Amino acid sequence: MRDFPTYVGMVMSIDLETVKKIASLARITLSDEEADPLKGELNNILAWVEQLSEVDTDGVPAMTSAVETSLFQRPDEVADGGYAERVLANAPSAEFGYFAVPKVIE
Amino acid sequence: MSEVLSWTLAEARDALSKGEVSSVELVDAHIKAMEAARALNCFITETPEAAREAAKAADLARSEGNAPALAGIPFANKDLFCTHGVQTTAASHILEGFVPQYDSTVGENLQKAGMISLGKTNLDEFAMGSSNETSYFGHVKNPWRLPDGTDTVPGGSSGGSVAAVAAGIGYGATGTDTGGSIRQPASFTGTVGLKPTYGRCSRWGIVAFASSLDQAGPIAKTVRDAAIMLEAMAGYDPKDSTSVNRPVPNYEAALTGDIRGMKIGIPSEYRMDGAPEEIDALWEQGKAWLKDAGAELVDISLPHTKYALPTYYIVAPAEASSNLARYDGVRYGLREMRDGGGLVDMYSATRAAGFGREVKRRVLIGTYVLSAGYYDAYYLKAQKVRTLIARDFAAAFENVDTILTPSTPSAAFAFGAKSDDPISMYLNDIFTVPANLAGLPGISVPSGMSAEGLPLGLQLLAPAFGEETLLRTADVLERQAGFSARPSRWWED
Repeated sequence: MRDFPTYVGMVMSIDLETVKKIASLARITLSDEEADPLKGELNNILAWVEQLSEVDTDGVPAMTSAVETSLFQRPDEVADGGYAERVLANAPSAEFGYFAVPKVIE
Repeated sequence: MSEVLSWTLAEARDALSKGEVSSVELVDAHIKAMEAARALNCFITETPEAAREAAKAADLARSEGNAPALAGIPFANKDLFCTHGVQTTAASHILEGFVPQYDSTVGENLQKAGMISLGKTNLDEFAMGSSNETSYFGHVKNPWRLPDGTDTVPGGSSGGSVAAVAAGIGYGATGTDTGGSIRQPASFTGTVGLKPTYGRCSRWGIVAFASSLDQAGPIAKTVRDAAIMLEAMAGYDPKDSTSVNRPVPNYEAALTGDIRGMKIGIPSEYRMDGAPEEIDALWEQGKAWLKDAGAELVDISLPHTKYALPTYYIVAPAEASSNLARYDGVRYGLREMRDGGGLVDMYSATRAAGFGREVKRRVLIGTYVLSAGYYDAYYLKAQKVRTLIARDFAAAFENVDTILTPSTPSAAFAFGAKSDDPISMYLNDIFTVPANLAGLPGISVPSGMSAEGLPLGLQLLAPAFGEETLLRTADVLERQAGFSARPSRWWED
């Protein structure tokens, strides 16, 4: 859950700043040239899905599974693994048997 | 064109078992056809050497009397299915060069049944699209053109798979269907496309788009071929907790040709204002064919139909934004870095460079509808409407065995015709999306031609795990329609 103000059930037109905020949460760098048309497209889509507000869903449970099934349990045993080199085979950068990333702690 | 290319999967299987043809002959003919059809851009990766080796092995196994049922039959594999040692891209720049260390369960099942992959087919990026215009690897062209020679889209997202089958490359293909990605392109290309019940085929090893909706299924030349391929693909898989543990029937045996007394539901809500007249006319024709075969038509109502698409465009992007969080430049695929940038800069630069426009749009929508303060208004609301849509179907199936609808609101269209307006593109899936939301099986059967000479499909829907009834009805519809048109092979000129 993230830090947006609460406007349950209202259509809020999103502005450029909000588009950039969402993009930052989604970890996608957006230039102003990209963000501007996206603002219009996202608003159109959000206005279109807003028609769901006319459906009475009082007392209706949210769907949680597309098919009636129950999760099975398996014994808690190691069933696979032991091949770090295969796990790392596609890593853009790997060192000493680990995925390597830019320095995180200054 | 080699005669073997015009065979169905069932004909190829029977010819192989009688020793009338070898797998090497079949595979060689298909590789030639694949190479001659590069103008269609069906394949992202061709694997002819591996296919030839597998064909030799299949012929050897057959000569020794231990060949599986579909040994030596070539097919095309959507590039959303992970393939051990063969690049798997999901048609995205962000996965370019990704070489999986394992096979998808469905791919493994097909291999065990003896089928041989010719290569990996093109698709909309991460299966997000209805026209195959969002692939990083270029558009797939529909083998069917407009009378003036204008190219048309093959539909999407399984555009490369359907175009390959329509062009006679492979006796079938794998597809995935999240909102119509098997049935809509099948309708656009005169092929049969089957989306099974959610949980019928394992999702393990398939690049995830929207996990509560994604389901793998076959694209085929005939209903019989779809039945044969589904039987090979389906089955319980402990590696997918949503795969359902129940036996896989002999689907081909369900094709009895007899639907006398069967009740076919006709949902009034699928008659859309402004839909082309020819779509309604084909639907009327479909009803007449099934009635003529002894079925009884029953008017039904699915009152929440109009809310299916908006529900889908909340649920699918929400799940996609979550699933696609894994593409961060750390474990596989693209990594973009600017000098001196930190970890978060790397994530953001990688995703900016690696995702295409439609994928970004959907990830942003998904991020927004899941964010605090909006979660209840959008995502939770959509999941409640989804319950109502599933209940509509449950109530209808108390009185009918299958449901007949059009597959798509139009025939294939020209490139660029809908790409400026996301919502008009989304409307392509108006008839297919409800089955995904409710988890039900559906099939598109080629049934007629548009005024412009392009194929049109009719869709049948059945209750969960009602694939046998679905296939039996589809087989009769196919016989009644007698669709036999084939595209001219202009791409070989």
